[in-house]
Amino acid sequence: MDPASTLPVLLGLAWLVPLASFTLILLFGPRMGKHGQGAGMLATAAIGTSAVLSLIALFFVWVPNYDWAPEHHAAHAEHGSAEHHETGHGEAEHGDHGQDAHGADEHKAEEHKTASEHHEWHKPYVAGEWYTLGQFGKLRIGISYYIDSLTVTMFAMITFIATMIHFYANGYMHDELHEITDHEVTLSDGHHLHRPGRFHRFFQYLSLFCFSMLGIVIAGNIAMVFVFWELVGICSYFLIGFYIERKSASNAANKAFIVNRVGDFGMIIGLMILIATLGTFSFGDIDTDGDGTAEPGIFSLVRTEANNHALVVPDGMVRAAAHSEIAAGVEPTAEQIAKWRADTGPGGVGRTAYWLLIVAGLGIFCGCVGKSAQFPLHVWLPDAMEGPTPVSALVHSATMVAAGVYLVGRFYPVFTPEALLVIAIIGCITLFIAATIAIVAVDIKRVLAYSTVSQLGYMMLALGVGGWSAGMFHLITHAFFKSLLFMCSGSVIHAVHTNDMTKMGGLRHKMPFTAYTMLAGCLAIMGAGIPFMIGLSGYYSKDAILAQALSFKASNPQWGFLFYVASVGAAITAFYMFRLWFMTFAGKPRDHHAYDHAHESPKIMYYPLIVLAVLAVVVAWPFWPVSIVALLEQARPEGFHETVNGVLVSNLTHPAEHISHEPNFHNQATWVATFVGLSGLGLAIVFYGLSLLNPAEVARQFKPLYTFLWNKWYFDELYHYIFVKPVLFIANRVAEFDKVVIDGIIDGLALLTRMIARLDDLSDRYLVDGFVNGLAAWTYATGSKLRSAETGRIRQYVMFIVVGTVAMFVLISLYIS
Amino acid sequence: MNLLTDPVGITHYLIVGAILFVTGAVCMATKRNALGVLMGIELVLNGANVNFVAFGSEYLRPGVLGIGLDGQLIALFVIILAAAEAAVALAIVLNFYNNHSTVDVDRADELKG
Repeated sequence: MDPASTLPVLLGLAWLVPLASFTLILLFGPRMGKHGQGAGMLATAAIGTSAVLSLIALFFVWVPNYDWAPEHHAAHAEHGSAEHHETGHGEAEHGDHGQDAHGADEHKAEEHKTASEHHEWHKPYVAGEWYTLGQFGKLRIGISYYIDSLTVTMFAMITFIATMIHFYANGYMHDELHEITDHEVTLSDGHHLHRPGRFHRFFQYLSLFCFSMLGIVIAGNIAMVFVFWELVGICSYFLIGFYIERKSASNAANKAFIVNRVGDFGMIIGLMILIATLGTFSFGDIDTDGDGTAEPGIFSLVRTEANNHALVVPDGMVRAAAHSEIAAGVEPTAEQIAKWRADTGPGGVGRTAYWLLIVAGLGIFCGCVGKSAQFPLHVWLPDAMEGPTPVSALVHSATMVAAGVYLVGRFYPVFTPEALLVIAIIGCITLFIAATIAIVAVDIKRVLAYSTVSQLGYMMLALGVGGWSAGMFHLITHAFFKSLLFMCSGSVIHAVHTNDMTKMGGLRHKMPFTAYTMLAGCLAIMGAGIPFMIGLSGYYSKDAILAQALSFKASNPQWGFLFYVASVGAAITAFYMFRLWFMTFAGKPRDHHAYDHAHESPKIMYYPLIVLAVLAVVVAWPFWPVSIVALLEQARPEGFHETVNGVLVSNLTHPAEHISHEPNFHNQATWVATFVGLSGLGLAIVFYGLSLLNPAEVARQFKPLYTFLWNKWYFDELYHYIFVKPVLFIANRVAEFDKVVIDGIIDGLALLTRMIARLDDLSDRYLVDGFVNGLAAWTYATGSKLRSAETGRIRQYVMFIVVGTVAMFVLISLYIS
Repeated sequence: MNLLTDPVGITHYLIVGAILFVTGAVCMATKRNALGVLMGIELVLNGANVNFVAFGSEYLRPGVLGIGLDGQLIALFVIILAAAEAAVALAIVLNFYNNHSTVDVDRADELKG
């Protein structure tokens, strides 16, 4: 089985099956089974097929065919082995080229040189094009693929979690199978809205959503990513606004869509820079013109093999920066370009070119900020809770928000150290703000939403401080436990029909499956584990992030706060997650009415919970034959195996990730993570578990802080005053201008026209009609008078004739003679 | 000039014509009987005919005319016209009688204004 030809087929099919399901439901949805029940089954079957195909691609095609050395990765992931081995990255058929890379910085350069002299060093990936949409000069746009271990892992994760969510949604959405009375919508006549169920439509969007997300992951060029990016955006719009009749839902859908547009604006700028300077959108090297040599993609242009995959400003960008020095039609020589590139002093051409690279990276990151709900565009995600809970689970784990982090990971080779620093800072701010808001939120889904924002901040922070695999790792583990947590919260909401945690309590007696699977989720997100022994999935990924932040702090003491904020954030995470769990499941019921009606969800809903809970515990274990870290390590962008230094910002060093696995960082990070996690948990137990302290009392003590957090740092208000108000103000002025000036002119013209028309009407009626009618009346009157002459007596006529003739004769003889 | 002493000339013809014409016209204007009216028409036409013949006679107006047959021709034409007119008029009278059981022209006043 040749993986290079098998993988695109398998993953391509896995990608397209949900599209087929979407199309079928779109066309025949309402007629599928009773009330469209078949739509749910079809969508579930489709995504299930995708999951099976993806898992086959992962376990039976990728793993056996690409070089694989789990013991090294497991070893350094777990023990922080000082002796670090990067596994060989040659494709299996090329043989096993192990590359011995550098534990210590000073040996690195020459070692690397040796390594690259002796080995053809290749990152294993499969890139190609399915279909060319168009070729415009050098620029080629097509439906292409770029498959490396990250793609395969993401496919497996997304399709698997989506399958679980589809099963769950079949149970959760059963209300939609019948006519629905929406009690949250009051019509103008005082009645509640009554509408037909939309079961099939829900699954239709869900299928499209999965298709779009898989499209982003498999996309082989950035333009294709952008297309599916927008598709994901529109799907989230549809699903967040699923209860479109509710004002809050339609507002939230609009907010999500508009806020994402802000981010996409930046993304388009990034895309334009790439299109203008590089002339290619492709990630990998694809032989498109069939001449036997592959045309370099973005990654190869930015990190050329000649330069040991270290970041260089591509020739295209240098040319663009030096455009004023290039005569028309003259192609600059390689020496000239090299000279320009080296000119990185203030005002130099090289610096401009470098800026181009930074802006391209930050532009792409802008899109990720919008999609992954990073500060300052994080405001849409909590509002997105208006959608049905399975959607929240999907949006918050496998799709949409994962897309942003994934793209940062995918686009990693293009980010300069300066851009990475921005990413780290944004991530750091996000994780802290969101975590603090989550402390005071009482809507169970909003707590989870802010928790998602915060965890996404962690991922961005990890990526920003050079922890590529740490960030991607956390993305995968987070997907498992966050989908679990959301589905548990959905199960609770399903049971008690409210989102308000202050009305819950003691529910673990009523719904044990939900309660204990959610406990597993909480422990996983908190990163619980026995240090250096074993832990839940979050334990491994969060440790990796903290270790990398610590390693970054050691290299850049001035940016040390990133580590401290991340640590504090970890404590807050543990606190608010257990606050949620205790408030919901422990203690005494606060609302007996809700409690009495609570019941465990049907099997189709809690079976997926159990599956995900088990996975949330075990998925990150390094002792599996196929560990996620080792898998991701294969896809690590070239050039990030070693320490990277900044150019514009002095003293900026991105330490290589393997350094963070060394004991002095890793052990410290593990202890810190354990300590902050336990302290957060302890605090939660003190407040909510044992009720030793009254949270309301504390809230009163810190009233200003509490109000500040309760109002979500006043971000919505801030944006309201900064953006919405001025826009409304200008819009109102424009409306007034419209109303007064433009409408005045138009109305005046209309009035004038009416007056002229009235005059015309008068003249028509009295002058023209008067003349014609007068003539007619006169003719009529004359005729009336003359008719009396017609007596009908022949003798009289004869008399007239005679008399008339005589009279004429007399007259003629009188006048003419 | 004395008509009684003068030899018979064109004037005498014209007087006879005028008398015939006036007699005819008076007959048309006074008769209520449709046939009487038709007779009056005949008199008028023949009065005119006498004039035509008189004016067209070489004998009565020597040297004035060319070949001298115009008057006679017109007279013949008028006679033909009178015959045709009489045929049509008699048909009308007959129809009138069928509808009204009378030939009194004063009864034919359906089209009066």
